[in-house]
Amino acid sequence: MDREEIDALLTAAAKFDQHEFTGHELDDKILAVLFFEPSTRTRMSFSSAMMRLGGKILNLGSVEASSIAKGETLSDTIRVISGYADAIVIRHPKEGAARLASEVASVPVINGGDGAGQHPSQTLLDLFTIRKSMRLENIDVGLQGDLRYGRTVHSLADALTKYNNIRLHTIAPEGLDLPNHMKQDLTDAGMEIIVHESIEETIPELDVLYVTRLQRERFPDPAAFANFAATYRITPELLERAKPSMIVLHPLPRVDEIDPAVDGLPCAKYFQQAHYGVPVRMAMLHEVMSP
Amino acid sequence: MKRSVSDGIVISPIRNGTVIDHITPGEGLTVIRILGIQDGTNVTFTVATNVTSSRGGRKDMVKIENRELVKSEVDKIALIAPDAKISIIRDFKVVAKKPVEVPSDIVGVIKCPNPNCITNTREPAQSRFVVHPRGFRCQYCDTIISREMDIGDYI
Repeated sequence: MDREEIDALLTAAAKFDQHEFTGHELDDKILAVLFFEPSTRTRMSFSSAMMRLGGKILNLGSVEASSIAKGETLSDTIRVISGYADAIVIRHPKEGAARLASEVASVPVINGGDGAGQHPSQTLLDLFTIRKSMRLENIDVGLQGDLRYGRTVHSLADALTKYNNIRLHTIAPEGLDLPNHMKQDLTDAGMEIIVHESIEETIPELDVLYVTRLQRERFPDPAAFANFAATYRITPELLERAKPSMIVLHPLPRVDEIDPAVDGLPCAKYFQQAHYGVPVRMAMLHEVMSP
Repeated sequence: MKRSVSDGIVISPIRNGTVIDHITPGEGLTVIRILGIQDGTNVTFTVATNVTSSRGGRKDMVKIENRELVKSEVDKIALIAPDAKISIIRDFKVVAKKPVEVPSDIVGVIKCPNPNCITNTREPAQSRFVVHPRGFRCQYCDTIISREMDIGDYI
């Protein structure tokens, strides 16, 4: 998507967020929800969005009980389901699966996350949440956590290159920083990237702090994980040094990286961010299925 | 005028087949490999490596008898030897010269190095790469094969 398309979709999402819809926009439409990986928020918010617009949901159910378990290819599954629904949302463990699905489907396909690749609907709701608090230009955005494997931060960083004067600050344990090829892509796109050793030195500069989960399995031993988890924990004391207008986002699920005592602070926007998944996905579904 | 060994000819002419000239020095054997010519082949071929080029410098050269390369094979060669010249030979005469040009969209030639890419599964999907400022980018998973990597390993 280019910047104009993103902005148009976010503007449409703002209308849905303000309840400017009848609830009959997608009457008689069916959305096939094909999730080959576990998901709570993405699957449920797509379903909620579809139901709020009057549409119906067709769920794949468990992969184990489906024809996929018998060895059917994704391509064949998609071709068949194209005849059952008006659009398909797919999450798949392989990178590029959504693109392949879109090539063989006869109905629109929405990528609900593919492997370590893209997660565009999450990125759109991240941008929407930022845009609710500030203009999407000339801001400092901090990315903290597992930046190497986290697809949400990759998609978000890529999308932010489409906006003017966004400075990206990365805060990650050694070995979990943004992949070099990604840094190169972002730099080539004109983005300034500042690498930080710790969140303490960065926090006063930031307008947005985007925190992601550190995954235990990425660390060689439990002690190393515990050490990093303590170092990278966001607390009310840390946030005292932040700008009053700064917001904290997180794609969720959260484990220990944000102290629950932060939840009640005005800067904590991560639950609101999750709620925005519904109007943003309503805008996406409306865009691909409205007559 | 007939040429002789003293003129610097190191491979004898072929009656029918393909001559691939001006291959990047050292890539002649890679060309053979990506054309699928392996141990036990009954294809007659000749490789000259690090020979003196009429343009100056060194080059590799490959001659394959009784086989005319098709476009998809020429495309593969273009990826590792962008300056190569391909001539189709019939009865000792050059009947066609095929331009070597890296296509902007490369389908079914490069194997994506990302093991988790959908093209590395049993899906009926051909790999698809596009030219990127730093090399070649997979259209499915965005993995980049940079110019510093040996693309011959992925063909």
